[in-house]
Amino acid sequence: MSDYPKIVIASENSSMLYLSQRPCTRTSNMIAHTVRHLKHSLSDQLIDLVPSYASLLVIFNPLVTDHRHIQVAIGNALDNWQPQAQAQTARRIELPVYYSAESGPDLQRIAAHNHLSIEQIIALHQQTEYRAYAMGFAPGFAYLGELDPRIATPRLATPRKRIPRGAVAIADRQTAVYPAQSPGGWNLIGLCPTALFDTNRQPCTLIQVGDNIRFKAISREQFIQLGGSQSDLGEPS
Amino acid sequence: MKGLKVIQPGIHSLIQDAGRHGFHSIGITSGGALDSHSFHCANQLCDNSHTAACIEILVGGLILEAQIATQIAITGAQVPISINNRSVSTWCNHAIQPGDRIKIGYASGGCRAYLSVAGGIQTKPIFGSVSTVVREGLGGLHGDGKPLQQGDILPCQPSADTQQRSTPLQQRPVFTDCIAEIRMLLGYQHSHFNQSQLDLLFNSEYTVSKNSDRMGYRLEGPAIIPPYSEMLSEGICLGALQLPTDGQPIILLSDRQTIGGYPKIGSVLSLDINKLAQLMPGRKLRFVPISLEQAQIALRNPE
Repeated sequence: MSDYPKIVIASENSSMLYLSQRPCTRTSNMIAHTVRHLKHSLSDQLIDLVPSYASLLVIFNPLVTDHRHIQVAIGNALDNWQPQAQAQTARRIELPVYYSAESGPDLQRIAAHNHLSIEQIIALHQQTEYRAYAMGFAPGFAYLGELDPRIATPRLATPRKRIPRGAVAIADRQTAVYPAQSPGGWNLIGLCPTALFDTNRQPCTLIQVGDNIRFKAISREQFIQLGGSQSDLGEPS
Repeated sequence: MKGLKVIQPGIHSLIQDAGRHGFHSIGITSGGALDSHSFHCANQLCDNSHTAACIEILVGGLILEAQIATQIAITGAQVPISINNRSVSTWCNHAIQPGDRIKIGYASGGCRAYLSVAGGIQTKPIFGSVSTVVREGLGGLHGDGKPLQQGDILPCQPSADTQQRSTPLQQRPVFTDCIAEIRMLLGYQHSHFNQSQLDLLFNSEYTVSKNSDRMGYRLEGPAIIPPYSEMLSEGICLGALQLPTDGQPIILLSDRQTIGGYPKIGSVLSLDINKLAQLMPGRKLRFVPISLEQAQIALRNPE
């Protein structure tokens, strides 16, 4: 018998739903479905939801409901799940990337680590359609998976203090775009001129959990034309 | 709009309300007053809604000058306060006139004081809250996550309220040198830890590390080594007790990252997060395990 789905207590006012051991598209679809269902069925009882790779944290108001009711609501959401209906609803987003030594200072090291050429790294990064499995670390930071194992590279031993906004990076079998300037330990391979997080926009995040993402190479000129900043080119600190 | 002018911001003073909820799925943390009980009492004293924006004052050193006639109240840590150099009490409301100087000294017990003003501080919410989260650059007076700075004017509405209010003694926290007892509900990956590690956690004393902040309280004491170091990142709730590879526990608080990949043993009862938020680095605590039923009873009948 399968150990999943499994619901455990996280705190006095939150329950954790686990759907599988490893992340996969099916699990990700089920989480997106459960999020939609619970927002509707729990409405005011709900405080927040935290979807991730293979789990969903459900935070509720403990003065109006309890773990038992939440467990029932999660069960109802899962019973309501129709795999076929989900397949067509995932959004597809294409992000332009200026891959180069001046925008991706770690390309050389990733190539050496994986015994490939820089051109092969850039080509392999664009070949996969990624899934936005989770958001966290910073507002609008989406964890995209899974990276081709041939270009997987561990995080930097010492994180950089300042990574420019729009930096496209990889860590192990994940890839991401930094939505704002921040410190970070991922390997940098290029820059994306598209704004990922903008508090004046509705919704403020371009990517949402469950979206499908592809990257497409652009030239230096196109990068500048699309709003990329020249000052972000060169070695970050 | 007139209000309260910051003459001296103190060590680290932040505008906080009841927090930012409903945006964890895009990576936005909750923020909000760390000692929610003292925050709530401060708002009650000014007859405010329970989510009105207050100032969370870390340790002290804040000086304000009023530009309007209103009411203020200060709760939380044991701090000396004066209005125009006249000492006044915490845990009750005070009428303020334009030109009055409100001075908050340094805490002798606890470490976070809350200053409320009638009607709350009127700044523009971002994602439904004015709570300042420095790490995210969200909230606060200008919406950019900055702590209070000299010269800031905190907009407030004038108030003609004259009713005197004070918080009943039994609702005020008592600051002692005793080891704090922090109740914890087992959860998350607790069943993956072996019993001897759980026994060690509940039979040991931990010291609050100086690397503690609104994101998390780091503890120093006997190491609780997790059964594995890496797992898939998952949602982190308020009060979650996380065990990184070195086994030194971290209690995750209001400004925590929304997801993370370290094993967790359970979560601190929210009522005791208020107690924890008042512990200075160097103070000691121990964990007391409680059942879900005990947690629910405590929540419905807070002492």
